[in-house]
Amino acid sequence: MTTATMRITAEPGGTLLETQRQVNGPRDLVFRAWTDPLLLAQWLGPRRLTMRVDAYDVRHGGSWRYVHVDTDGTEYGFRGVFHGDPTPDRIVQTFEFEGAPGHVSLDTLILEDQGARTLVRTISSYQTVEARDAMLDNGMADGMEQGFQQLDELLARLQA
Amino acid sequence: MPTDQLSIVFGALADPTRRAILASLAGGERSVGELGAPFAISQPAVSKHLRVLEGAGLITRSRRATARLSHLRAEPLRDATTWLLGYREYWEESFERLNELLAALQAAGPGEQPPAAMQEGRVP
Repeated sequence: MTTATMRITAEPGGTLLETQRQVNGPRDLVFRAWTDPLLLAQWLGPRRLTMRVDAYDVRHGGSWRYVHVDTDGTEYGFRGVFHGDPTPDRIVQTFEFEGAPGHVSLDTLILEDQGARTLVRTISSYQTVEARDAMLDNGMADGMEQGFQQLDELLARLQA
Repeated sequence: MPTDQLSIVFGALADPTRRAILASLAGGERSVGELGAPFAISQPAVSKHLRVLEGAGLITRSRRATARLSHLRAEPLRDATTWLLGYREYWEESFERLNELLAALQAAGPGEQPPAAMQEGRVP
């Protein structure tokens, strides 16, 4: 077992968000898990949500769409397009949450061969610094952060 | 909840006054006057915030005698906060699951399908 956890890098004032995470499997297998929709549906997203892959056309210009379905039926849809034929060296795609149309990131996934393990690197480029920061828990503007702390407390009280 | 409704909920939650109003309503129904008391804003301004919250389905409103009372509706709030599950949490849980899948795939041997129990993903 690796104890590796995800490392997130986000330079202050920049639009890039980079991550690194080591996983336990050879690169080709990780690539398969990432590009075969049957496999992707088995690991991407929180366990609590059911994953439905509506489209996953893994080639240059191919589009993808998947939906995380909550226990109450609420759907969170995501979509995008692959740019360039995906390889273990490089999967380039656009990423858009359907709840915020037009807010798109350009994501590059790089799989580094480490023998029995693979280093998964992602580089996401957002349209604005604010959009990038909004993706990060600790990057939120103070007001938002405080507001969501209030919401957390509120939810805790509602569920008590 | 359709995703455009989720956008409306997020729009409603983007304002700190409206979030404070919701937190206040967690303590029970309140009149416009009661909701506006902690803020240095006019009653019409409070009413405007309440209309936004009502439009997002976050509150319902009723009348008792001359008072217009607001009540919290928790469901859209839960949906919205579900989505606010942090980037790190989302990916850490995904990577944990990926490691489990990779272990199952490697146990199954090269070129073999994962065990039937693992094949929960649905693709039309």
